[in-house]
Amino acid sequence: MEPILSVQDLSVTFDIHPQGAWPWTKPQKLHAVNGISFDLAPGQCLGVVGESGSGKSTLARAIVGTVPSSHGRIMFEGQDLASMSPSARRVHRKDVQMIFQDPLAALNPRMTVGDIIAEPLITHEPKVPRAEVRKRVQALMERVGLLPNLVNRYPHEFSGGQCQRIGIARALILKPKLLICDEPVSALDVSVQAQVVNLLRELQRDMGLSMIFIAHDLSVVKHVSDKVMVMYLGRTMEMAASKPLTTGPRHPYSQALIASVPIPDPVLERARKRPVLEGELPSPLRPPSGCVFRTRCPKAQAICAEIRPPMTDAENDHFVACHFEERQEMLVFAR
Amino acid sequence: MTLLQTKDLTVTFQTADGPVNAVNGVNFSIDKGETLAIVGESGSGKSQTAFAIMGLLARNGRASGQALFDGQDLLAMPQKALNKIRANDVAMIFQDPMTSLNPYIRISDQMAEVLTLHKGISKRDAITQSVRMLDAVGIPDAKARISSFPHEFSGGMRQRIMIAMALLCEPRLLIADEPTTALDVTVQAQIMRVLADIRRDFGTAIILITHDLGIVADACDRTLVLYGGQIMEDGPTDDVFARPSHPYTAGLLRAVPRLDRDDDELLTIAGDPPDMSRLPAGCPFSPRCAAVMPHCPTVKPRLESFDGTRRRACHLQIDEVA
Repeated sequence: MEPILSVQDLSVTFDIHPQGAWPWTKPQKLHAVNGISFDLAPGQCLGVVGESGSGKSTLARAIVGTVPSSHGRIMFEGQDLASMSPSARRVHRKDVQMIFQDPLAALNPRMTVGDIIAEPLITHEPKVPRAEVRKRVQALMERVGLLPNLVNRYPHEFSGGQCQRIGIARALILKPKLLICDEPVSALDVSVQAQVVNLLRELQRDMGLSMIFIAHDLSVVKHVSDKVMVMYLGRTMEMAASKPLTTGPRHPYSQALIASVPIPDPVLERARKRPVLEGELPSPLRPPSGCVFRTRCPKAQAICAEIRPPMTDAENDHFVACHFEERQEMLVFAR
Repeated sequence: MTLLQTKDLTVTFQTADGPVNAVNGVNFSIDKGETLAIVGESGSGKSQTAFAIMGLLARNGRASGQALFDGQDLLAMPQKALNKIRANDVAMIFQDPMTSLNPYIRISDQMAEVLTLHKGISKRDAITQSVRMLDAVGIPDAKARISSFPHEFSGGMRQRIMIAMALLCEPRLLIADEPTTALDVTVQAQIMRVLADIRRDFGTAIILITHDLGIVADACDRTLVLYGGQIMEDGPTDDVFARPSHPYTAGLLRAVPRLDRDDDELLTIAGDPPDMSRLPAGCPFSPRCAAVMPHCPTVKPRLESFDGTRRRACHLQIDEVA
């Protein structure tokens, strides 16, 4: 099947002026996203995980088109995003919508919920009569689990979970083809988090949405995604279907990431081997040579500093970028 | 031996909509060297419980009841005596390390101040001790980095600094309020290991306040579950996780997405976290409880002991809790 989104060797670079430097000195290049490639099939969900600073949010912004890419291509339904005319871009924006981490901060505090949800529709399709707009807003509110009679309330009157539902309704009113969720449940309570995750999955199934789900919590990502991509310092470390990746990761970083996720079961937790990853993310301004993960990698050898491991297919569509990749059984499945 | 015991601890805030009880008659205790988890969602009163014990409530807040530390009531104590206990015996670390450190002052000065003020030792000795403590919490090259400013450290390093600072006076009780919520999972694992080491090396009792059941499972001897400012249940962590005795705990455990499980759909708890100004007269969890009975919203269940080491507050029979 033709992928709905195809990202090819994408890089996003920011110019950073070092503190205290002369204004005419050349800015340093910060590669937030560095040579990322993936395909997303229609109706599928790609999970993106990584620590803060891994470039996952920048990747999302580049796909939406709010930061320019410096290299590579983003093909949406076969069309290159960079070469799109402004009018084609407007259509593209309709098809690609985003929901954000902080649900309250993403909503205008001086607009009513009804206006917030209707705004994208009025902007992109000004000819739709107001009565129709109202009807669609109410139908959508019901769909995401908000009482339609709350339409005239303001965002501050809602809890975090409800605000996220408003954000989802606003993103869906244009019937997008691709929904990008940037840490949509990280700010929510556990009991509410499960509600929102289930809602997103339901909507994805019912509306045939394609999704990119970004989170630092691998256990959430695994639940929503068909495929998972693990990022570190702007690069892909490993990409595979979600089950093989979480049960038998091949890259030392994915293995460390999984080992760090606590499991709410005291008995299992004590039985589990949990090697803790030492150190922290190096500065993206001066990424390590060769493999970017080598400074924290327990398996690092001399070759890792010299040659950056290419992305290779280890076994049926399980891609990994490591010289010493090896499948490791991570979890004993309960039940 | 009991180190801290609260008796009927209640926190009331005067708000524009009238008084709101954030914590409602909470009784618990923690022994020397023990680790107690206080688990709850937003609005459960878990942080306010800690603030009340530390005397750090906002201006419109008042604590009543008792918080006995070594038999002395922290709530009834004059400011001066309380300061002494907060200096030497009880310390607290917060969720966001950046807002707890002064951005204009070098780490060395901030840390040394604690010791020169409370222990009256010279600044040079204070810095030597601070460096040793930074070493203990795993800050590489502590001797050189101690003269840096807070912004020169990453979030995880700042949290380590906060822990080191809290430990300078070798407290007997450390209250950690969501210490890893703002951090990445890999860094979270590092910080939790630091806390475990501290407990082993210094015998510090730790109250870990968190919403994350995952870190509780690994780190805590006992778990206390709060909802709407009231205790739903408590007991040894293993028992609470293996056989939750309250529908809220059971629901919470089911709602956590787990890496080691392959469920398609997550089970949820319906509804939203409680609005503290409009709590039902009975069980605060009754509006969201799947097993709610007619008298639950009006009659408050008593916190009753069972199994010797556990307590629960629910009208349901234990074997009815699914």
